[in-house]
Amino acid sequence: MTQFNVYRIGPEIKISEIDISFTNASLFMAISTITILLIFNFGTKKNSIIPSKLQLLGELSYSFVSKMISDTAGTKAKPYFSFIFSLFMFVLFCNMLGMIPYTFTVTSHIIVTFVLAAFIFIGVTIIGFIKHGLGYLKLFVPSGVPMVLLPLIVVIEIISYLSRPISLSVRLFANMMAGHTMMKVFGGFVVSLGIVGGWLPLGFSVALTGLEILVAFLQAYVFAILTCIYLNDALNLHH
Amino acid sequence: MFKKIIVKTLAVYFLSINFIQAAESGGMPQLNPEFWFSQIFWLVITFGILYLVLSKIILPKISDNLETRKSQVLENLELAEKQRNESEAKLKEFDNIILKSKIDAKNLFNESRKKLLDDINNKRQKLEEEIDKELKIVEAEIEELKKKSPEKINKIAIETSADVINQLIGVNVNNSSITAIVSDISSKNKTL
Repeated sequence: MTQFNVYRIGPEIKISEIDISFTNASLFMAISTITILLIFNFGTKKNSIIPSKLQLLGELSYSFVSKMISDTAGTKAKPYFSFIFSLFMFVLFCNMLGMIPYTFTVTSHIIVTFVLAAFIFIGVTIIGFIKHGLGYLKLFVPSGVPMVLLPLIVVIEIISYLSRPISLSVRLFANMMAGHTMMKVFGGFVVSLGIVGGWLPLGFSVALTGLEILVAFLQAYVFAILTCIYLNDALNLHH
Repeated sequence: MFKKIIVKTLAVYFLSINFIQAAESGGMPQLNPEFWFSQIFWLVITFGILYLVLSKIILPKISDNLETRKSQVLENLELAEKQRNESEAKLKEFDNIILKSKIDAKNLFNESRKKLLDDINNKRQKLEEEIDKELKIVEAEIEELKKKSPEKINKIAIETSADVINQLIGVNVNNSSITAIVSDISSKNKTL
């Protein structure tokens, strides 16, 4: 589990008894941000009609996220495009950078994913109340439910709504942590079984690496698309 | 009693030590709150910077470029469509011209043919008329000759027969009797 350890890099910084020192987690957040910005900066430096490779990468990810948003949340979600794009890119790059050996996976820490999810949850709730006023509470009352079942359904709906930040954050955190732990375990097997029996876990390790890269992308996508779905609930009250 | 308390405190002490050790080394570092605030702080800063730079600088550029490309492609398509229509119109015009000239050529051909035929017919008629005239003249001449020929033949026959008779028997026969015989023979010949 040492790969998940957070340790201080540089001096201890404290603001009124709260430790906000620069750690390896902060370092990899910064590296992700800088990588994204560099790629997109070089991709948009020379905008041409026939795009270069980096430009194409930027444009493809732009249209990918744009299509994802318009498919799930409709045209009303356009103002939130840059947020969801940044979110998707940040989570994706944190996940992907974590796949490089000896790096730190930012998203394997519950506190990071929970802060992101809580921010999304609070933001979506505020947007919902701004757009619909108290009518947003109709979200908890699905139409076409018999009166007898209504109290039960409302309670379930409220619980499921309130558990959104937890499910969103735990999904990403658990996936990343479990994947990295599995790879660590199989890596350990390779070492302990040595040259005789180490080949099987080595093969598993290779397969797991591929799987983890897929999971890294998939979880970023799921995180972004669930954000879109929550946003859709707040923007277009269907119930 | 005293013993019990000592055992209890020891147990709690060991348990808590175990718990702390688990949190620090064996357990999940994720649940150790030591650096939570640091992580939140740096997350807000890095993600905030990322969001600001992406939304204010980079994404507008990308979307502008996509729009420009879209409009340019549309423009090009429109231009191509226009040019296609133009060339189609030209092609039609060209076809019309060819059709027209074909009809013209046909007309011209027919006209000249008709003219030629008329000309030939006229000339032939004229020639035929001339030939008819000459034929008539010749026929008239022949008719005249035919009419005159029996008299002449009779005359010659009379003269020769008179000469022959004279030569044979030395007698001058009366012309009128010979004439009667000759006309008799010639009439017999005619009936033959």
